[in-house]
Amino acid sequence: MAVPVRNSESDEAGRSVPPGRPRPLDVVRRWLPRSTFGRHALLVLVGAVAVVLVLETTSPFRNSQFATLSYYAIAAAGLTVLTGLNGQISLGHGALMAVGAYTTGLLLGSAGPPPLILVLVVAAAVTAVVGVVVGAAASRLHGPYLAGATLAFAIAVPGLAIYFDGVLGGEQGMQIDSPRAPAWFADAIYFLSANEMSGAKYLAYIGWATLLVVLLLLANLAAGRVGRVWRAVRDDEVAAELAGIRPGPVRVLAFTVSAACAGLAGAVLGIVVRLAAPSGFTIVLSLGLLTAVVVGGLGSLTGALLGAALLVFLPPAVTNLGTAAGLSGVAAAELAPLVYGVVLVLVVLLAPTGVVGGVRRMWQSIRNGAGRSGVGGNGRERS
Amino acid sequence: MDTVGSRRRLRGRAAVLAVVAVVALLASACGAGGRPSGEEGGAQPGLTPQSVKVGAHFPLTGVASPGYSDIPTGTKAYFDYVNAHGGVHGRQIEYVFRDDAYNPTQTSQVVNELVLQDQVFAMLGGLGTPTHSAVLDYLNSEGVPDLFVSSGSLLWDQPERNPQTFGWQPDYEIEAKIIGKYVAENFPQAKVGLFLQDDDLGRDAEIGGRRFLDRQIVAAERYTPGNTDVAPQIAALQAAGADFVIGFNVPSYTALSQLQSLRLNYDPQWAYSNIGSDPALVGSLLARFSEGAVTDAGLLDGVITTEYLPSVEAAGDPWTQLFTRVWQEHGTDAELTNFRIYGMAEAYAFVQALQAAGPDPTREGLVAAVEQSGAQMEGPWLAPYRYSEQSHAGISGVKISRIVGAGTEDLTPVQVTDNGDAPITPHPGPASTPPANGIPVPPTG
Repeated sequence: MAVPVRNSESDEAGRSVPPGRPRPLDVVRRWLPRSTFGRHALLVLVGAVAVVLVLETTSPFRNSQFATLSYYAIAAAGLTVLTGLNGQISLGHGALMAVGAYTTGLLLGSAGPPPLILVLVVAAAVTAVVGVVVGAAASRLHGPYLAGATLAFAIAVPGLAIYFDGVLGGEQGMQIDSPRAPAWFADAIYFLSANEMSGAKYLAYIGWATLLVVLLLLANLAAGRVGRVWRAVRDDEVAAELAGIRPGPVRVLAFTVSAACAGLAGAVLGIVVRLAAPSGFTIVLSLGLLTAVVVGGLGSLTGALLGAALLVFLPPAVTNLGTAAGLSGVAAAELAPLVYGVVLVLVVLLAPTGVVGGVRRMWQSIRNGAGRSGVGGNGRERS
Repeated sequence: MDTVGSRRRLRGRAAVLAVVAVVALLASACGAGGRPSGEEGGAQPGLTPQSVKVGAHFPLTGVASPGYSDIPTGTKAYFDYVNAHGGVHGRQIEYVFRDDAYNPTQTSQVVNELVLQDQVFAMLGGLGTPTHSAVLDYLNSEGVPDLFVSSGSLLWDQPERNPQTFGWQPDYEIEAKIIGKYVAENFPQAKVGLFLQDDDLGRDAEIGGRRFLDRQIVAAERYTPGNTDVAPQIAALQAAGADFVIGFNVPSYTALSQLQSLRLNYDPQWAYSNIGSDPALVGSLLARFSEGAVTDAGLLDGVITTEYLPSVEAAGDPWTQLFTRVWQEHGTDAELTNFRIYGMAEAYAFVQALQAAGPDPTREGLVAAVEQSGAQMEGPWLAPYRYSEQSHAGISGVKISRIVGAGTEDLTPVQVTDNGDAPITPHPGPASTPPANGIPVPPTG
């Protein structure tokens, strides 16, 4: 009955404002739409504007880093929902990304490649089907057994690509033709920003559009009944069963949703990297995603975004710092994994609920410190 | 009731406000950038009157890093040596190499960084078949010269499709051809077994090897890289009665196959292709895999291999002497290894190419220079390059040698050939010698 990962997750939707007490953010809150979907949609809209602004004002190299960030973030978002909300750990998400990437490669490499949006949808669907199978097995397992089973999956899938090397390209991988920006899209961006569309920027737009859609859908799922049921199963399976929830199908559904996200992430990865190769989907990728989710804060979509950003921006920054400090190229490269490990240990020690959890706790202690006793009724004190 | 009504109104206003905000933000972004300056005339990325920037990707961390992470340190030492002697056409060579951990996803990220952020003028010696495949299209579509890829795959020799990319080391097919011919002539009674890595390396090599050996081959066993259990393959070679086994594999599988045949009491004559036979690296791997039971490369004594560069053990070779001097002056405290010599030889070739591109090089000019004068470039490599407008294939031949202790002794002179059914001929002419100051003399004509 051990629940592998138990974590506090504040539920944005369930929060009720105590009547009669003005709160500092009430002014902002009043202007927000009242429905959860409306609020999320507004947030995503603001996010989309921010993405356009950032991508249009940064260098092509930053654009390519943002493209990279987008696929890590999509996968991490799917994983954080699975692990944080439903309490299932998965070491197999790297392999699920491989399924998405190879599907994309096969579709884009076919004689008459379908439109990109269809490719993304099919990649997500195929991976979701794989997710149902793995999830069905996973729903019977807990804790270390679940970790072990998904680990085996992560090891096995890249091997398939080598075994079926006639179709999947073997060790050296399958080249994927990156789509070019359609004229109308390039024109629209030119109209807005007077910037020409570069390849890297278009890929970043694809990645971020996908990411925003995924975030919108996941945020709604987590805020609604499905999310509540997932949390119920995570927190106490027996209690959930007494409440009329069948834990098995719930776990399978959570795994499937998470797998679909991983498939989308894999599809974007394939398009951005222009290659699907077994050495790109090793266990290191799965572990990297898990660390990103833990560092950011389990169960939090913002946390997944932050964790993915750390995964993308930290290693080159550390390497460049090391080179600037006079280290040789090899030593500077070896510094990056070391610093990443140190950051992970520090976060786990100092902010066990991740960056988002830590910030949330600080925010709360500030508010409590400002002369308020108790934050009644919003259920945030559980940890 | 009243509050609900006012809230409705507020929500309506909120929506309007949101739209206004979005439009305002978008409008503020409009036309901000103006047209980018673009590639106008002579501006070349990574090139100034004082410097030229060169990039590379190598596995500096991770499983593939032992040995391979030495290569860029050798390249850097040689570039530092050239810089100390005034550089090329007065330009200092700035060499940036980044870690991809032998992961194609990371290769694509670091090459993006090299091309877009560091703005390298050219790439030099990017290592690995799966890794470099991930950036092949990108480098060619961006027009970045992609010289001397550190891999023996045939992928780099596609001048029509990838006009910017050039191979460097002898490809696995011609290496296997030359080994095959040697075995057919010197061991005509041998029953030959092939031990192949199941990818391009093994596939190309099998094609080359069967050209002369098809009649003698009794078994061809393939292993999947990553799977460290080679017992079935070695047992199958033993069962087929092979008494001469040629391995086309990476160094770790040389160690694994040696240990496994030791276990099975199987003692054929072994031959390994060049990439799998570095005695120092295989020796250290043997010690690690056998957990100290085998302490040196003694197992490799008598093994047949090929060479296309001077070995670090060949103390009398003038090139080895030059590179030892360079390493003493500009290297680190670590020892000079064959991998560092490999890196220096690539650097030497790059300096020649840059010289040939003239005092005002362009990216197109560099590629054209390699195509036109590459075949005449002389350096530490034992056989000439095959570069031309029709071919981007690298070094054209190898010599067969036998491992003795930590060094090698020659079994044949250098032989050259080409892909397909091109004949194998001895390389004419004397071995090249380095110029007195160790900097290549610009090719004339």
